[in-house]
Amino acid sequence: MNRSKFDLAVGAFVALGILALLFLAMKVGNLAGFDTGTAYVIEARFDNIGGLKVRAPVKSAGVVVGRVESINLDGETYEAVARLRISSAFRFSKDTIATILTSGLLGEQYIGLESGGVPEYLTQGDRVMKTQSAMVLEKLISQFLFNKAAETPGQTK
Amino acid sequence: MKADPIALLTSLGHAVTSRLDRLGLATRFAIAVFSVLGVVFVRFGLIIRELYFSGVRSLSIVIVSGLFVGMVLAVQGYEVLQRYGSTEALGVIVALSLVRELGPVVTALLFAGRASSAVTAEIGLMRATDQLAAMDMMAVDPLARVIAPRFLAAIFSLPLLAALFSAAGIVGAWIIGVKLIGIDDGAFWSQMQASVDVRIDIVNGVLKSVVFGVAVGLISVFEGYFAVPTAEGVSTATTRTVVTSSLAVLLLDLVLTVMMFRGLN
Repeated sequence: MNRSKFDLAVGAFVALGILALLFLAMKVGNLAGFDTGTAYVIEARFDNIGGLKVRAPVKSAGVVVGRVESINLDGETYEAVARLRISSAFRFSKDTIATILTSGLLGEQYIGLESGGVPEYLTQGDRVMKTQSAMVLEKLISQFLFNKAAETPGQTK
Repeated sequence: MKADPIALLTSLGHAVTSRLDRLGLATRFAIAVFSVLGVVFVRFGLIIRELYFSGVRSLSIVIVSGLFVGMVLAVQGYEVLQRYGSTEALGVIVALSLVRELGPVVTALLFAGRASSAVTAEIGLMRATDQLAAMDMMAVDPLARVIAPRFLAAIFSLPLLAALFSAAGIVGAWIIGVKLIGIDDGAFWSQMQASVDVRIDIVNGVLKSVVFGVAVGLISVFEGYFAVPTAEGVSTATTRTVVTSSLAVLLLDLVLTVMMFRGLN
């Protein structure tokens, strides 16, 4: 086997390997997504974020518009501070409501944004003023039992 | 046989010192190899030849193994997922396990068996037939001429082979999951794309296989270079390459996984 045949085989090998990497990046991962595009970061404060995780999607009307960049606890107000990275392609009004929702019964948690009607838009560093915390199963159950207990005397009459 | 405490202690001490001695030798050898790596880029044809023997010739085993591993993952994953009615998540499970773990690790193990053993045997035989000494006599540095190209070839080919393994595995899982079982094609890919992060999953997987390439490549040339110059010595060195490489890959994988993926969620 002479030199040019080696070169040809190795060239094909390297090209194949790079193709596989591209396949992984484009088709398996989502490099084509907007993570690489320009984006702005807004802040939302919640009483309870439940099981929300960093990198969870931020959706509006079910469409992914960004990701959760970081989650911290404000040491003074004891609120969870989530920083949301939103693609510059989407604008949301100043009175947008951020809600923590769950996809499916046991699915992952994400943040839903519902835009309001104010004609001014959220920009880099702004804070979402209206938020709704995550549903925590234990709290729901205890609330249900509490209501039930409050009803019971009336029924036993 | 009566146990002699003195002899026992002596053999323990010998075991420790000889291993430490070998570790020191390997470290000095590694430094020497790294210091001549620059020379290799001047004569690029040397690496091309080694890339051919280590990389191109490993293509078939890596792609076929990847295809089968992906298929098995799909069958087993489907079995468990259907209990929870979330068979669309099959793509996620297969892609994450391949890209993060199985791709780099299994490829490195296959590479150790397919290519590194051959490299060790080749260099060991060169040592046994005094070819390395002859090169030295002709003022050709065997480290730069023989060792460094083979070492670099392992570092270059492993990430490419690992990517091919993962890609083949995902295609295999797609064949089983979508074509044969009948999972929805769109859900298979879209759930995969939503969960596989390019930086965290794919880049870390590639980094892993680069580290494995350094380890496997270094072990194979070291064992060959310091093989006992007899037929038996070469065979022992070849065996040691495969055993040490496999253990090193698995141990490094644990360390790297803890470093890369700890505290992500």
